[in-house]
Amino acid sequence: MKSIVAEHLVRTYRNGEVKALDDLSLDVEEGTVLSVLGPNGAGKTTVVRILSTLLTPDSGSATVGGIDVIKHPEKVREIIGLSGQYAAVDETLTGWDNLVMFGRLYHLGKKASIARADELLERFSLTDSARRPIKTYSGGMRRRLDLAASLIVQPKVLFLDEPTTGLDPRGRQEMWGVIEELVKGGVTLLLTTQYLDEADQLADDIIVVDHGKVIARGTSDALKKQVGGERLEVVVDQAHIASTMEAVAKVSGHAASLDEGLRKVSAPVTTGATALIEVLRLLDAAGIHPLDVALKRPSLDDVFMSLTGHVAEDQAIVIDNARGKKKNKNSEAKS
Amino acid sequence: MNALMDALIITKRQLLQLARVPEVLIFSTIQPVMFVLLFRYVFGGSIATGDPGGYVQLLMPGIFVQTTAFTLAATASGLAEDMTKGLIDRFRSLPISRSALVFGRTLGDGLLNVVVLAVMGLAGFIVGWRPSSGIFKIGLAFIFLLAFGYSLSWVGIFAGLSARDARVVQNMSFLITFPLTFLSNAFAPTTGMPRPLQYVAEWNPVSTMVAACRELFGLQNHFGATANSFPSQHPLTMSLIYMVVILVIFVPLSVRKYSRANKK
Repeated sequence: MKSIVAEHLVRTYRNGEVKALDDLSLDVEEGTVLSVLGPNGAGKTTVVRILSTLLTPDSGSATVGGIDVIKHPEKVREIIGLSGQYAAVDETLTGWDNLVMFGRLYHLGKKASIARADELLERFSLTDSARRPIKTYSGGMRRRLDLAASLIVQPKVLFLDEPTTGLDPRGRQEMWGVIEELVKGGVTLLLTTQYLDEADQLADDIIVVDHGKVIARGTSDALKKQVGGERLEVVVDQAHIASTMEAVAKVSGHAASLDEGLRKVSAPVTTGATALIEVLRLLDAAGIHPLDVALKRPSLDDVFMSLTGHVAEDQAIVIDNARGKKKNKNSEAKS
Repeated sequence: MNALMDALIITKRQLLQLARVPEVLIFSTIQPVMFVLLFRYVFGGSIATGDPGGYVQLLMPGIFVQTTAFTLAATASGLAEDMTKGLIDRFRSLPISRSALVFGRTLGDGLLNVVVLAVMGLAGFIVGWRPSSGIFKIGLAFIFLLAFGYSLSWVGIFAGLSARDARVVQNMSFLITFPLTFLSNAFAPTTGMPRPLQYVAEWNPVSTMVAACRELFGLQNHFGATANSFPSQHPLTMSLIYMVVILVIFVPLSVRKYSRANKK
């Protein structure tokens, strides 16, 4: 069952001057994580704001948990949690104050609100700072508290808009841990991010968004394959380039290419680490000592660059693998 | 019923804020007290009133009204701050009535006014203010003042939702309230103003409020203009009409604006 479905969303700002969403469709299977990946201004936040009932689209439709977000926003609000780009909590109040207040606004009742606040503070390792004003919290602590506030009623569907933007590496790691725990608990999650490794780490499926359109969709692996598989890279002395190219080509089965400046010889491979061993044996037998040997998997950054750099904007790429095909059918059925 | 409870929780949030940062409360009471002292001792000596008890009797109602008028700015900037911090988005994604947040805030600012007026009244008493109308009418005057502040709070809500930046809101609302409070009978007789300004001052809600309070505190309204205009003849009625008009216009306008606040 689909927990989130958005179809042909269009939203413009400033009387049509700025097109934030341009016929964007997406869907998320219940209990899975979809990452909406894109640069600043791609329309990620607009998607989240529409799905969380804060904004109405100019056209298109969307359901969350089977409920129409435009017709019954008040019902949608009962089953969603939202944590935005900015920690949306009252900074002058303490963490505990905030959570109790939000609990009461979810109509939990006083006792239950307090119990829930204590429980969430404990779960997000904030018990020690519970009685301090949020102002004194670190960025990571604020985000965790903000996330806690969106989990008060155990939402069926959770929207996280750039949950780690602006956090230091440690804060990001902690946040990722927390999010992974949540996902294990079975929540359906839509997560926006501009960090490719974050999508890689957390998401089941990824859609890449640029200029308000979906330009690619698929799993992280599928997206990487889109750019090409692994490449074997060997850096050697100037003198050994020719024979190294021969060795690499032999292992690869394709012609090797050369980056002259870096003296880097590379070729696509399909055999993974075995290719490394093979090429080292050949080089060793030829008496060549490589300066560097590596097996490079394309990062999502490569994926993103290649997608936004080369792909026609009105054409979504559907990744050709099992999961991708399924997605493809869905999107065709809809359009 | 739920909507009222939600609003009260928002109100409680404001009280908690005051408890966590008591400086806010201290400074929002110091300012009006400072006005009391400045006007009482700087201008008081040079303004002859001919009344028993002197200038301070006429001054206090003026300062009370001025202070409640500043509620507009307080409400507006408080709300604008919530808007810029994204807190409003969170409230709006909660399953609560859309009006709860704005109602709650106006109530909270109203409660703050209770404290501020009490402290000012005390300060006034210390420097010689002696209302002579009896406890019932004095109480009524304070209820009137609170109601006036409350109605202006709704203008503040609208202003806070309309502006793009909290600082703009602050400046904007002072730009409204300052001329409004000084172009009135609050601190000096309107009869000294150029003729066209006198009309403005007479019809100014601040003037009718001040005149109404003076009446309720047991004074003749000597600072009223000479004309036999309706507002100077019936300040109480006119003030009530103003409040109702403000509420009728700004409550629905603000609630609507809040529900549609599609910022960014």
